[in-house]
Amino acid sequence: MSYDVPIAPGETPDEISVEGPQSTAWPLWEVFMRPKRGLSHTHCGSLHAPDAESAILNARDAYTRLGDTASLWVVPSTHIHASSDPTSMFDPADDKPYRHPTFFEIPDEVGQL
Amino acid sequence: MAVEHQVQFDRTIEADEKIEPRDWMPDGYRSTLIRQIAQHAHSEVIGMQPEANWITRAPTLLRKAILIAKVQDEAGHGLYLYSATETLGISRDELQEMLHSGRQKYSSIFNYPTLSWADIGAIGWLVDGAAIVNQIMLQGTSYGPYSRAMVRICKEESFHARQGYAILMALAKGTDEQKAMLQDAIDRWWWPSLMMFGPHDSDSTHTEQSMEWKIKRISNDDLRQMYVDQTVPQAHYLGCSVPDPDLHFDEESGHWNFGAIDWDEFWTVVKGNGPMNRERINHKTKVWDDGAWVREAAVAYAEKQASRSTKIA
Amino acid sequence: MTVATTTNTLVGLLVRHADDNTILCQRLGEYVSGAPELEEDLAVANVALDHVGVAMHLYEYAAELDGGEASMDNYAMLRSEREFTNALLVEQPNVDFAHVVARGFFFDVYQTLLWAQLSASTDERLAGIAARAFKEATYHLRHSRAWMLRLGDGTAESHRRVQAAVDAVWRFTGELFVAVDADSELVAEGIGADVAALKPEFDRIVDATLEEATLVRPSDPYQATGGRSGMHTEHLGHLLAEMQWMQRTYPGATW
Ligand SMILES: [Fe+2]
Ligand SMILES: [Fe+2]
Repeated sequence: MSYDVPIAPGETPDEISVEGPQSTAWPLWEVFMRPKRGLSHTHCGSLHAPDAESAILNARDAYTRLGDTASLWVVPSTHIHASSDPTSMFDPADDKPYRHPTFFEIPDEVGQL
Repeated sequence: MAVEHQVQFDRTIEADEKIEPRDWMPDGYRSTLIRQIAQHAHSEVIGMQPEANWITRAPTLLRKAILIAKVQDEAGHGLYLYSATETLGISRDELQEMLHSGRQKYSSIFNYPTLSWADIGAIGWLVDGAAIVNQIMLQGTSYGPYSRAMVRICKEESFHARQGYAILMALAKGTDEQKAMLQDAIDRWWWPSLMMFGPHDSDSTHTEQSMEWKIKRISNDDLRQMYVDQTVPQAHYLGCSVPDPDLHFDEESGHWNFGAIDWDEFWTVVKGNGPMNRERINHKTKVWDDGAWVREAAVAYAEKQASRSTKIA
Repeated sequence: MTVATTTNTLVGLLVRHADDNTILCQRLGEYVSGAPELEEDLAVANVALDHVGVAMHLYEYAAELDGGEASMDNYAMLRSEREFTNALLVEQPNVDFAHVVARGFFFDVYQTLLWAQLSASTDERLAGIAARAFKEATYHLRHSRAWMLRLGDGTAESHRRVQAAVDAVWRFTGELFVAVDADSELVAEGIGADVAALKPEFDRIVDATLEEATLVRPSDPYQATGGRSGMHTEHLGHLLAEMQWMQRTYPGATW
């Protein structure tokens, strides 16, 4: 398949260790963009930059080339704190179905609610 | 616990939902993805070289501008894909090191030289064309960040293929010399483009597992056939032939049947002995080494700035 | 064909600025895939792209005024070294990242001032091109200025290298502010820019940046000129040989 290089006969795929040496390169930044006014910023990817100024400029070059952006945020990746295991974290909502409007049956003649 | 995780993972794949970075995933799934996405990223970045080779010689200012924009997009694609790989817990530095040391590869297509302006057209049409067929399929891949990178990339790719074909259409309407240049480029890029889809399904060791994990959704041979079917008429539209005496349209199946691919050539290039393998990696490592002082300076400056601002505060 | 030496002074002005942008685009084009980090490759390509875009607008306008067979590619691809009127600064070679940054920085300061003034030109079309170019140049300057600071105040090596680059290209900066005689009427009519008047602001921005970057302005007062009258450094001939190769090899072909 294109861009996926097959392993040649007689060669073995390289072992990849995920816990490699700490990177000494420019820090990683997460990029969020607002596609247009009125919408929220959404995550669109990441990039490397030495500082916030260059992260913003690089984000502009990397993620806004099609001119579909109204605003950018960059955040050092190390500052993103994520929720843990999604199954245990968000399952509880399952037993509160009354939070969803469709839980309540309202006769049509009541009109818009 | 591990069994539970595996069940959850299988269920997600089964339901055609995406696996996201912090989800549990089998080690094999993770390492297959790292390898595939990283090599995809390397291909985008190394692929800048054969095309950048013609930026300074583009025949008109408009073609120059288009080519710069195109090469810039490829740098962007490399960036999106490194970014996706990094969500799997590996740094770009490590990936780059694996590329430079030859432990990870990039698509062999970029080990062929661009010898004429027509090659720039042929790359856009044939090489980006093949990449598009593949990448459209990969939009549906099971790993979320890879899939999203593919959606973003596919938005930009049709510009690439179209600008390439537009270059070739101009040649097709041009002088005899231009027409010869055009046919020569197709003759040289045709087979390597078909090879981009990789070995036949029967010889493709990892395809089955990748299909099971829904990392890939369509097999090498099926993608290749889709590509040939869409590309052959486009070659004819240019008034050109493709260098395959066995090529013919099969009325019954509705497909273009093509001749045997020279797999010896394919493996020779994959193993590092194509026309430009060394030059590509040498250029990449030289640029990287030459730039070390710049990257260090930027880090040193950022550190100075940070310590200055804490002092002020 | 070549483009006739024009008697229209506005054409002269448009072509001169377009030449600057074309030649710098060409230099940056050489550097694409050569930057120290992938993100910087994107930035270099971006600047190159902006420059060639502005050049095309200016040449296009010049061609219309010039009449006859002229087209933007005639200007770029079929004139000789002596006919190019770009500033010497932009034809200077890339050498290393520090040179790319220093050359870019001086040029970006100049261009932000130039386009700001030309966007108030009484010639509406020129004003429109300049207004757009001004926005782009502002961004280029933000980028190159930040790199001047990082390199100047980064490590000992980066400081040494960027100071060497400043020393090397400094003598090509004065020319940017030497008024071209033919322009005097255009300036009087409010069409052209009084480039000499931009110099104090250029000096102010440059001095402030150099100081913040812990760099020094070269003490050698010598300033080279000649680009505006087609007297170039030897670098330009090689650059043109490459840029014009296709059009010269296949005369009359359409691409
Ligand atoms: Fe791409
Ligand atoms: Fe592409």
